[in-house]
Amino acid sequence: MGKTLAEKILSVKSHCEAEAGDVVIVDVDLAFIQDTTGPLTVRRFKESGFEALARPQQTVIFLDHAAPSPAQQLSNDHVLLRGFGEETGCCIYDVGEGICHQLVAENFASPGDVVVGADSHTITAGALGAFATGMGSSDVAVALALGKIWLRVPESFLINLSGAFARGVYAKDLVLYLIGRIGADGANYKALEFSGEALAEMTISERLTVANMAVEAGAKVGLFPTDEITRDFLREHGRGDKYKPLSADTGANYEQVISVNLDQLEPMLSLPHAVDNVRPVAQVKGVRIQQAFIGTCTNGRLEDLAVAAEIVEGKDRHPTTRLLIAPASRQVLIQAMERGYIQALVGAGAIILPPGCAACLGLHQGVLGDDEVCLSTANRNFRGRMGNPEAEIYLASPATAAASAIRGEITDPREFM
Amino acid sequence: MSDLVFKGRAIKLADNISTDDIIPGRFAHLRSNLPELAKHVLEDAAPGFASKAKALSATGEAKVILVAGKNLGLGSSREHAPVVIKMAGVGAILARSAARIFFRNAINQGLPVLLCDTDRIGDGDELEINLTSGKITNLSSGIALTCGKMPPIMSAILKEGGLIPYVRKHKDLVITD
Repeated sequence: MGKTLAEKILSVKSHCEAEAGDVVIVDVDLAFIQDTTGPLTVRRFKESGFEALARPQQTVIFLDHAAPSPAQQLSNDHVLLRGFGEETGCCIYDVGEGICHQLVAENFASPGDVVVGADSHTITAGALGAFATGMGSSDVAVALALGKIWLRVPESFLINLSGAFARGVYAKDLVLYLIGRIGADGANYKALEFSGEALAEMTISERLTVANMAVEAGAKVGLFPTDEITRDFLREHGRGDKYKPLSADTGANYEQVISVNLDQLEPMLSLPHAVDNVRPVAQVKGVRIQQAFIGTCTNGRLEDLAVAAEIVEGKDRHPTTRLLIAPASRQVLIQAMERGYIQALVGAGAIILPPGCAACLGLHQGVLGDDEVCLSTANRNFRGRMGNPEAEIYLASPATAAASAIRGEITDPREFM
Repeated sequence: MSDLVFKGRAIKLADNISTDDIIPGRFAHLRSNLPELAKHVLEDAAPGFASKAKALSATGEAKVILVAGKNLGLGSSREHAPVVIKMAGVGAILARSAARIFFRNAINQGLPVLLCDTDRIGDGDELEINLTSGKITNLSSGIALTCGKMPPIMSAILKEGGLIPYVRKHKDLVITD
């Protein structure tokens, strides 16, 4: 019988024939921590009795969640992590370099790799055909110490994509639609494996957006097969030699098959306070917003800023709506400056935040006030997520966020096209 | 009663309690100060949880059993979520379903998570839990519930009191079945 992508990668990395449901021990190609889960990981590592990292060159610390730090305690966490980096000889990406998941995609993850990170959105690297999954501090501490981890091989859902995005519809709309259809726990413990003719037109930036949010349906991993688009991305990022063709076998066993025709999609959003509370933008138009936030590991890439810049160029943000922009990495920010996107966004009244997680998780740079509403391009809208349980968060594409920032209310981006 | 068979009293929570509900991101600056962080456990989603759990565990007669609905612990990978639940005095978690990272994180703290039909448990019910057989008896209603088995490696981790004590002892990960 054929194997799914998840089974194929985990078979290679466990040196045995792994099938869904098996528990296997796999080699870890990249283990990483960030500044809100890293300090506990460092403590767990020290408690575990190990002194050296199994693979210092394949271990990375990212300082991105509190970047730069808004509080002395978080600054001290950064001091701790920098010290651990120096002691152990692992790589460190300091404040200002960007969001861990973006930097993993730009610099590390390759097809067939096993990537574990102390962050649930580690799953993002599935866009490059890496078995990437988020774990807690103890599990990642063990990965740092042993260079391996135990995993249950997940059953897979095949997500078959046909057609092409219509104007004003983006990868974010696809993944929100999928989460609405599957439900926030519908793929709990499962792998989502993407396939179909639509992939031939889907950029890595778009795949990263989709893979990033697979966890919001409960999935353990969101995997894309690899193709020429993957190869070109790896080449552009200096690791063309890491490319390998990777796809599921014919005859692989899927627990469910979900087919989506992209032609049929329209702009979507998640309503407060659940990611799977999904509706078409057209049904929610007119809700007043005080903040629009474009950024995060879901939608802070160059293509996202390009779309937003095109919509706002020559216009002004609504006088009562703040427009926050956080590029996902330093490279994204530099390219956005070179191409004039930053000029267009700031010209429209946007505030440019440093590359990093920014306002996404409520610890700085755009904390909401009571009864305020934010339209965000992030991946979570749980109550209190952006620092205030009395605020509301809607999730949508960068185009919807940009159009809504101009009008001051939730707006269908197609009205600007 | 052994560690494997114990009595407890239920504190019931709703469906879809996220890790942001359990310990909101706005307290991220307290993550290296667990006793301070733990004071804010479930503070928005279930006000009064911390004081209720404290009062209950102070009696010493029964463990606090956190009983949740579906998809407990969805969201972030923050291990601090089960850590602060355990620090609140919770001895075991029952849920209809649990998000995978949270489930694993809780077991890694030595905090048992059993999946069962929690609609049949009310707030304040007295429960008897047998970790070996996976049998839960609701002593208040007389209803018996069973839960599925976890993989042997998870049972082994739980038996050692969590992943770090497990690794400290075995110096490795070992699959046993």
